[in-house]
Amino acid sequence: MTAPKTLYDKIWDAHVAHQDDDGTCLLYIDRHLVHEVTSPQAFEGLRLAGRKVRAPGKTIAVPDHNVPTTLDRAKGIENEESRIQVEALDKNAREFGVVYYPVDDIRQGIVHIVGPEQGWTLPGMTVVCGDSHTATHGAFGALAHGIGTSEVEHVLATQTLIQKKSKNMRVEITGQLQPGVTAKDITMAVIGTTGTAGGTGHVIEYCGEAIAALSMEGRMTVCNMAIEGGARAGIIAPDDKTFAYVMGRPHAPKGAAWEMALAYWKTLFTDDGATFDQVITLKGEDIAPVVTWGTSPEDVLPITSTVPAPSDFSGGKVAAVERALDYMGLTPGMKLTDVAIDTVFIGSCTNGRIEDLRAAAKVLKGRKIKEGMRAMIVPGSGLVRAQAEEEGLDVIFTDAGFEWRLAGCSMCLAMNPDQLQPGERCAATSNRNFEGRQGRGGRTHLLSPAMAAAAAITGHLTDIRDFEGDA
Amino acid sequence: MMDKFNTLSGIAAPMPLINIDTDMIIPKQFLKTIKRSGLGVNLFDEMRYDDDGQEIPDFVLNKTAYRNAEIIVGGDNFGCGSSREHAPWALLDFGIRCVISTSFADIFYGNCFKNGILPIVLPKEQVDQLMEDAERGENARISVDLEAQTVTSSDGTEFRFEVDPFKKQCMLNGLDDISLTMEKSAAIDTFEADYQARMPWS
Repeated sequence: MTAPKTLYDKIWDAHVAHQDDDGTCLLYIDRHLVHEVTSPQAFEGLRLAGRKVRAPGKTIAVPDHNVPTTLDRAKGIENEESRIQVEALDKNAREFGVVYYPVDDIRQGIVHIVGPEQGWTLPGMTVVCGDSHTATHGAFGALAHGIGTSEVEHVLATQTLIQKKSKNMRVEITGQLQPGVTAKDITMAVIGTTGTAGGTGHVIEYCGEAIAALSMEGRMTVCNMAIEGGARAGIIAPDDKTFAYVMGRPHAPKGAAWEMALAYWKTLFTDDGATFDQVITLKGEDIAPVVTWGTSPEDVLPITSTVPAPSDFSGGKVAAVERALDYMGLTPGMKLTDVAIDTVFIGSCTNGRIEDLRAAAKVLKGRKIKEGMRAMIVPGSGLVRAQAEEEGLDVIFTDAGFEWRLAGCSMCLAMNPDQLQPGERCAATSNRNFEGRQGRGGRTHLLSPAMAAAAAITGHLTDIRDFEGDA
Repeated sequence: MMDKFNTLSGIAAPMPLINIDTDMIIPKQFLKTIKRSGLGVNLFDEMRYDDDGQEIPDFVLNKTAYRNAEIIVGGDNFGCGSSREHAPWALLDFGIRCVISTSFADIFYGNCFKNGILPIVLPKEQVDQLMEDAERGENARISVDLEAQTVTSSDGTEFRFEVDPFKKQCMLNGLDDISLTMEKSAAIDTFEADYQARMPWS
């Protein structure tokens, strides 16, 4: 009888290729996703050392951060540095022979949307990428996390990472969500509870009735923001929904291999009696639709709240809140629903999937955005875009006054031309509200796709429950 | 190849703000480079320069006493946010070789070691003490000894810190960990063959 293991323990143990006496391991990597921003120095390092990519068939490259999302992007990238970076990825992908979805391929999109969509991400795998939102893939019961460029080079050369095991943390969401509450609200509410450093050194396993009830898209949203809570990775045990999502994807196993894989995947759960170093439990019923008011993802409050005062906090947070309120141009006591918005961004690896677009379309159908509002919807991949068009969502978006864009990271981090100007205030479905994140001086409020759509119509942060009532 | 790190005695800049994130350390417009060097001038760009590109005099690294800082004493959860290794590249290019805080975000912490920057975790009271020391300006030099795992404030108070033995050896000797791993390629080959046989779909 072996000791009970957590899901993380099981995946970790299955991938230890070598272990030193001090516990330092070489962890074998199943999938290495690569984008243009964090990889050029790594490929250059290989070249200088005369090294090859050890497993090009397990290495998947796609440009996403810098690519324009306007409909005329076939004419090329105007910004020279961005263009050089995308060209470098093109050259490196071809020269080193890795799997590659170039910018004009319909399968191109945000790396964390493309991986699952193409069936590269499978339960039980280790998935890494030079991008902190790699945690997204944990929704499949894969151990997935971001790495730096030196580690990108290490994985390219050796297909392993030098790692020490993280601690186990369980976040359980019991019961059922109230109407209007989404996966985005769950993951933000958790960060509001734990703080942005609450998960540091841990891998979070999300579980409980409310998590099990989520779609795969919703689970990806939850795991995506594990990093904003400081966790190395977020993970959810695979179940029938996971298997149904994966089945038939281009790179998912088929036939006998599928049966073999499925039998293994069904062993991927936390054993009864396994111990966690930290446990957090939230009641699904207690979670409200939330928004951020400050410049850290932990600055989360229910939409029904008012802007807090620095004196509501203690320690180093007091000065941080003073700074955040000044940056955000908000006054303590102000109702969050009174905060006026001039820009709406729906998209990103957090909320750029088809279900997110459907949620936005449900709110926008037959309505118009407020006059003067700049609103854009950026699908997570070319295939998400195609699916949305097949369902007629694009017509709803454009009729409402939204721009309907091509796939990419876009205004989540504003490396391409989609940026906020100083003082502009954006309701965004992305993952970070840091100072300057969406453009120097830009102000970001994070929220769910439905809440972002509602804000576009009313011109201010809006409680989706008031909205859906008369929808 | 990473520079070796053994001892360091230098000016420490106090940055008590908590949650200093990687977007603050190096904003995204500077991630478009395909090189590792040259990012120091844009370190903390949006805190350091105004809209016209002029230095903001109040920002710590713009003050005469701290322009040559080699150490940052930072607030809790330093380096949270993205995986961008441009953050340690920018710190290093500016001349920072050590960051001291109560806690670091995981990815940033690992990235520092890969670039010869020593991130040191100390309890809050000790970080507070070093922060006070750093606030005294250029006469307050903080010393770091990696071999001995100690930090010494300007008045001679010594604090011991913990560091992973493997990371310590890599730092002390400037070791390239890809070369170290490639020495174990036989073990990786064996593992991979067995793993592929067990999980042919992977």
